[in-house]
Amino acid sequence: MTVPARPLPPRGAARVGRPGLILGGALVGAVFLAALLSLVWTPHDPVAIDIPARFLPPSAEHWLGTDQFGRDVASQLLVGARNSVLVALLAVGIGGSLGAALGLWASAMGGWVEEAVMRLADFGFAFPALLFAIMLAAVFGPSLTNAVLAIAFINVPIFARVARGSANLIQRMDYVMAARAAGRSRTAIALAHVLPNVSAVLMVQATIEFAVAILAEAALSYLGLGVQPPTPSWGRMLSEAQTLLYLHPGLAVWPGLCIVAAVIGFNMLGDGLRDWADPRLRHAR
Amino acid sequence: MTLLLARRVLTLILTLLVVSVVVFAVMNVLPGDPALVVLGMDSTPEAQAALRERFGLDRPVVERYLEWILAALRGDFGRSYTFAVPVSELIVERLPVTVPLALLATLLTVVVALALGVTAALNHGRPGDWAVMTLSQFGVAVPAFWLAILLVLVFAVTLRWLPPGGFPGWEDPVAALRALILPTVSLALVQSAILARVTRSSILEVMRLDYARTARAKGLSRRTTLIRHVLPNALIPIVTIVGLQFASVVTGAIVIENVFYLPGLGRLIFQSITNRDLFTVQALVMFFAVAVVVANFLVDVAYILADPRLRKGAAE
Repeated sequence: MTVPARPLPPRGAARVGRPGLILGGALVGAVFLAALLSLVWTPHDPVAIDIPARFLPPSAEHWLGTDQFGRDVASQLLVGARNSVLVALLAVGIGGSLGAALGLWASAMGGWVEEAVMRLADFGFAFPALLFAIMLAAVFGPSLTNAVLAIAFINVPIFARVARGSANLIQRMDYVMAARAAGRSRTAIALAHVLPNVSAVLMVQATIEFAVAILAEAALSYLGLGVQPPTPSWGRMLSEAQTLLYLHPGLAVWPGLCIVAAVIGFNMLGDGLRDWADPRLRHAR
Repeated sequence: MTLLLARRVLTLILTLLVVSVVVFAVMNVLPGDPALVVLGMDSTPEAQAALRERFGLDRPVVERYLEWILAALRGDFGRSYTFAVPVSELIVERLPVTVPLALLATLLTVVVALALGVTAALNHGRPGDWAVMTLSQFGVAVPAFWLAILLVLVFAVTLRWLPPGGFPGWEDPVAALRALILPTVSLALVQSAILARVTRSSILEVMRLDYARTARAKGLSRRTTLIRHVLPNALIPIVTIVGLQFASVVTGAIVIENVFYLPGLGRLIFQSITNRDLFTVQALVMFFAVAVVVANFLVDVAYILADPRLRKGAAE
């Protein structure tokens, strides 16, 4: 009688049980779910002004109450999630792809190209996203697009460094040498052999940068440099709530909690994924 | 070491040059016509022409850039369009708010982070460590401006211990410091969450090294080992992160000044955006970028001077 071979546990199974990865995944899942849900349904119209219904306490009708214009807070938070996710996706997507492409290119070319790209990346760190957003706002006026561009900008040097660092390790592998010996071009090797092998690292980085992007979007919107009224955003809800702090302090609590939950979620998920993807780290801890 | 320093100075100059080109390009080339930004789309052509002439906008871009950068080197950042005074005057007026805020926040960050990091490292794997790490996980995720709002809610609105905002000026130092307490704390707590993690892992790493073990083995107490042998070496990465965090503190100060209505550079930059005062924004952005670049440069120099290995490495 043969005993059926037990399938090997999936890679990193030991870590999947980690509370961090699960909690992070759950929080991130909730944020994405809220963002998607807001596309098709919100309890109330998030921008509908209803003055008689101002400052209502939480109830079955308005789960988290209403704000100074009688707008439903819960509905605004849902749409706020959508905006946060949208800005983060676009900013990390654009900045990350551009940075990763630059990093891969630098690694593939080597020599002075690599040096030049990396020096440019160094210089990129001199510009915090806020300064860039301020410049764009001064020139074009504040807008969501400017916020996305500014956050994307700071992602370029980060991803360029990470991609180049990981790619340089792959470049020394035998299969890359073999491909080179077979006469494949640098671009072909970078796309066919290097990119698939650095993508995991890039994904982990993207998860962590997502958290940074959500924080940056909140700060920019709080300052009026991001999502413009009347579109709800967590950051702007806080700046509106600040003026009502003496009378209705509760309004300043919910948007902040949403930001913290989303950021913790992405940070935990990123850390968890990194541990899971890198077996060396699993033993090092 | 001289070679290393010289190379670092060269990088500094190059970085500043690139930064200035980018700032100038974004503010002067991207909009097409700065006069339109300052005066608005509905301004008359005559007014635009007058402004162009007054600020020399009718001359070639390269010429304007060179003039701007050479003047800036002499401390002349041009005139503010709305305040009708030299921008340098505006900056000097507001430095006594922003500089103390940034320095106090950095100081508090280091003190809190070292305390938390050392506590966590000494209690590695025990509840103390766990508590610090959880706290810092939260700290990293809390937006400084939200923390600021919550602190105002507790200490200004409810307890009425501290002012909710505004700045009385340094004529009354006690009142001035009181006005800076909440802004400093909201800036520093978030930063120290990050730094505490770095401190913890840096100390843990050094404690694993042979000489730290030897120190313990020859009978030194944990505390003496930590202070005499571990901390001096663990401080190197901590100092680097403090330098990098200076960028966050500076931009954080821009946000926090707006939360607390502090009349510093951060508030000025926002007034200038609202006023479409392009040249003031340009000068201020440049000012902040230079502060960040120079701070990083100083950290690197301190590094080269402090680390005997780098000194030796450069001599070889």
